[in-house]
Amino acid sequence: MSGDLMIPEPVRVLRRQQELATTWTLELESGPAGHRPFLPGQFNMLYIFGVGEVPISLSGDAGQTETLSHTVRAVGPVSNKLAALKPMDTVGLRGPFGVGWPMTAGEGADLLIVAGGLGLAPLRPAIYHVLRHRERYGRVILLYGTRSPDDILYAGQLEEWSKRPDVEVHITVDHAGGDWPGKIGVVPSLVPALDFDPEDAVAMVCGPEIMMRFTVNALRDAGVEDESIYLSMERNMKCALGHCGHCQFGSTFVCKDGPVLSFDRVRGLLSLKEF
Amino acid sequence: MKNIAQIVCEHPFFHGLDGEFCDLVCGCARNVRFNPGDYLFHEGGDADYLYLIRYGQVTLEIAVPGKPSVRFQTLHDGDLVGVSWVLPPYHWAYDARAITLTRAIAMDARCLRKKCDDDPVLGYDVLKRVLPILTSRLHATQMQILDVYGAPEQPE
Repeated sequence: MSGDLMIPEPVRVLRRQQELATTWTLELESGPAGHRPFLPGQFNMLYIFGVGEVPISLSGDAGQTETLSHTVRAVGPVSNKLAALKPMDTVGLRGPFGVGWPMTAGEGADLLIVAGGLGLAPLRPAIYHVLRHRERYGRVILLYGTRSPDDILYAGQLEEWSKRPDVEVHITVDHAGGDWPGKIGVVPSLVPALDFDPEDAVAMVCGPEIMMRFTVNALRDAGVEDESIYLSMERNMKCALGHCGHCQFGSTFVCKDGPVLSFDRVRGLLSLKEF
Repeated sequence: MKNIAQIVCEHPFFHGLDGEFCDLVCGCARNVRFNPGDYLFHEGGDADYLYLIRYGQVTLEIAVPGKPSVRFQTLHDGDLVGVSWVLPPYHWAYDARAITLTRAIAMDARCLRKKCDDDPVLGYDVLKRVLPILTSRLHATQMQILDVYGAPEQPE
């Protein structure tokens, strides 16, 4: 990481892979130093020179740091430019920033990994970590919900993981046509059917905030403690250092204290319209 | 081999029901089987039966003129198919179709409603079992209508 955390380092795009209609994964070089270690759940600030800068979660394997993966959905001026980058193009990079998933706190417990839509991207490094250190964790249950079968992110990997005997993968979509053989319904509705011990479970949840609220309700109804539910919050992060206050969430700076926060820290704030 | 009373009372929907009530509701029940593609009921039809899935998968869907039906929920082992039998005028609001071989308990809704009317304690118990299903489907519908996985509107 650069000595000045506000100055982006120019790095090159090594590969670009289309994931969904408007979503691409960029593989970037780590920067001049060659290695940029990160924790599952952290994010980088990616800067398109002359356009702007956005926070993008790291979506690759933290076990290898020679390249950095970011999965980007083209929804605005910066992300559209990011998604259009080609190999050997240059992008500005600051990071990694923030607090990641509770990989150590979750050791010995059953893990409920609940992702909605693009929320699977910030959770993928956690999944890689768990699979690399599988013996450290109890049951691993991955719940994934998205809009339709065409919107399933990392579909190939989900299929691979579902074939493993030590991972339980449940996928559901909001709507589907007649050719979808899987489940239809919202992801929180998968929770009551799970047979797990809520007192021995740690939940990691990432997705649109409404999906996370409904999921938290389902987890709490199932008996999971607030302290054992972790959410990755998405807020308008600008400086990523806790200075500017753009991402302030009550007394919490999402960029510095999060983006992963336990539910007991954000309980009263999740459903507020403004704060 | 289990008799119908055991099958009904061990189904998650009726699990824990008082034994006397269980005998009472079993009088409305029979085993049914649906092959893949068979419809359990159609939108607008009379909600004369409710179905408790023992094994299989059922999809709920809405027909769209000129287009394939939109499927909005799948139900599985242990689930209740259909709630319109509780609410007058007892008409189904969507289609239900088996997508795998499905074995279920079909309960005569008129019979069950009459027994619930005759014994309000049973009626209240049954209603308490239906209400959580109704509310969870309402919440699911809210999420689906909100299209939460659509592109965020917030500027970058």
